[in-house]
Amino acid sequence: MRYLICSIALGGVATVATAQTELTLWYHGAGNEVESEILDGIVSDFNSGQSDWSVAVESFPQGSYNDSIVAAALAGNLPCILDVDGPVMPNWAWAGYMQPLPVADAAIEGHLDATVGRWGGEVYSVGLWDAAVALYTRQSTLDELGLRTPTLDNPWTLDEFNAALETAKTSGNYDFALDLGMAWTGEWYPYAFSPFLQSFGGDIVDRSTYLTAEGALNGDAALAFGEWWQNLFTAGLAPGTSQDPADRDSGFIEGRYAFAWNGNWAAAATLDAGVDDALFLPAPDFGNGSTIGAASWQFGVSATCEFPEGAAAFVEFALQDRYLAAFSDGIGLIPSTREAAAMTERYAQGGPLEPFFALSDAQALVRPVTPGYVVAAKVFEKALADIANGADVADTLDAAVDEIDADIEANGGYGH
Amino acid sequence: MALVTKENAGLRLVTRYAVLTLVALVFAFPLVFMIISSLKPDQQLLQDTSSLRAFLPVGDISLDNYRAAFDRAPIGRFMLNSIFVTIVTVSMSVAICSLAAFAFVYMKWSGRDAALSIVLATLIIPFETIAVPLLLMVSRLPWIGVEGVEWGWLNTYRVQIVPWIVDALTVFLFVQYFKDLPRELIEAARAEGASWFQVYRRVVMPLSGPVLATAVILKSLKMYNEQYLWPLIVVQDEAHRPIMVGLGYFFQLNVAWGELMAYLTLISVPVLVFYLILQRAFIASIASTGVKG
Repeated sequence: MRYLICSIALGGVATVATAQTELTLWYHGAGNEVESEILDGIVSDFNSGQSDWSVAVESFPQGSYNDSIVAAALAGNLPCILDVDGPVMPNWAWAGYMQPLPVADAAIEGHLDATVGRWGGEVYSVGLWDAAVALYTRQSTLDELGLRTPTLDNPWTLDEFNAALETAKTSGNYDFALDLGMAWTGEWYPYAFSPFLQSFGGDIVDRSTYLTAEGALNGDAALAFGEWWQNLFTAGLAPGTSQDPADRDSGFIEGRYAFAWNGNWAAAATLDAGVDDALFLPAPDFGNGSTIGAASWQFGVSATCEFPEGAAAFVEFALQDRYLAAFSDGIGLIPSTREAAAMTERYAQGGPLEPFFALSDAQALVRPVTPGYVVAAKVFEKALADIANGADVADTLDAAVDEIDADIEANGGYGH
Repeated sequence: MALVTKENAGLRLVTRYAVLTLVALVFAFPLVFMIISSLKPDQQLLQDTSSLRAFLPVGDISLDNYRAAFDRAPIGRFMLNSIFVTIVTVSMSVAICSLAAFAFVYMKWSGRDAALSIVLATLIIPFETIAVPLLLMVSRLPWIGVEGVEWGWLNTYRVQIVPWIVDALTVFLFVQYFKDLPRELIEAARAEGASWFQVYRRVVMPLSGPVLATAVILKSLKMYNEQYLWPLIVVQDEAHRPIMVGLGYFFQLNVAWGELMAYLTLISVPVLVFYLILQRAFIASIASTGVKG
């Protein structure tokens, strides 16, 4: 009997010693089989590799993911680990949905700047990859139009870019000189087009204070950007907001556009479709340097999570180069470190997408790091669409500034 | 003269059929496009959209999109969820709303007219305006299950069913219909000693086939086709998601158009079967209510 009691007691101790605390993880990739498979693999490796934590994944469709998070925050039902789109993170941190992520400095050393989300001087989120936008064209197009090949060190100037578009248009070989992807809406507009504004010298908000958009979005530089932007459509150089999504997907591949402003996620499909001489060129320099958007999806920890150390343990585990490389090979995005890039098929030295890593490293500028970005981004999107459709540039930008400033004021400056 | 009249009648008939055929084709085009597109690879699908080929099963035709769609999303689970939620909600809705309407029309109680006005006034309140308060409420409601009392209804079927059982439109449909039934029947039943519930069950409901069909059809379409926002915010668990939330699985960075069309075709099947079974009632319900589902 004594032996039996001891056995039960020891068994109980053993059970406690091996019990893992479950951490829920919400992810935006439902429906993406490859992405889900890789994430499930990482989670499986993590769960079986230690005895403290067990991560359970719940995936959501990307289009409704943010709404699900906000609803869960209202209902007090947030998971422990969540993933968050880089520019949205400050808003969630400010709103109290997230807490700082206690990852070790060594775990994020050497990562692309934009893959580490910081707010209030603390790390809140870390990404396994980044995304970059480039100017797609063909070598044969440049040869045919007699254009030089721009480089990171020597990108096209505003005049050169305008001349390239005009030359493509007058050649008569294309439906449009440039495909900007106007068929895509939402975050694509600030992500892809605000770098043009920044290259002109403007911005969505004044980053020195984050308390106003005055001067940044309606100053001289912004007006010059707005006039240039409108001319792209009035001069018939680019398709406008009525562009068919199907044209966006297949127009460049089929040779109907000379240039396309598109992300690295579309590059593999372009090459696979037989565009053998595709070139991924750096953003033009419109006077204030060349910039492209940055910061993609990142892991963070919710404010209600009782085990941030467990969340950090998982994130640090997921940041291993082999997993960054696996994600990159699987879904085509840019790995966060050079070491991981070297392990990939596409981003390694000499790989077909190697230019994107260099672009991300050299030209990336994160979108305004402020909780107000979520609203400002929508205002910016509408303003650009309106200008593309012929609205007065100065009036539209002034109205956008008023709307952004009113939102900042209504939210008490968003903590800045 | 008679010959001319016959010719005219024939011409009118041909013209009428031609117009009707044209209208039928216009309405059938989206369905045909959806089904045909579900059989084509994305590249071909996008190329064909600019021509009549979009409506023809030509080129590289296969069922690959269906296979891929099943791999991408648990379609069977989503469809079962939607069908289950729809059947339970509609069944409870017609039972409770008809009972409420019965009380509003036949029973006399103080505040009846005011209560009916309040119920009908909710018709003008968009769901979006009450979604957040409702979310806060259901996230804290108790439930007595096999394991005792649980708190919070999130990630369950009941949270997708209970808030939708009673709605003003269904109550209104029954109220309007009950008002037109002969009062003498109810008074005779009451005079013979029937209870109110017996009058409802044995006299009123057996005469209410048309309004029952209308209510079932309108409510079913709403529950099956339009449940997006609510499940999006109250169901985080994939096992309880309905078909409309499942649509999002196909909108990745590059939309899987062919698979999306396959998914839409599959989830349309129950609606089409439902329509074919209740075709006559469907047409009668639209004609009688002037409301489109």
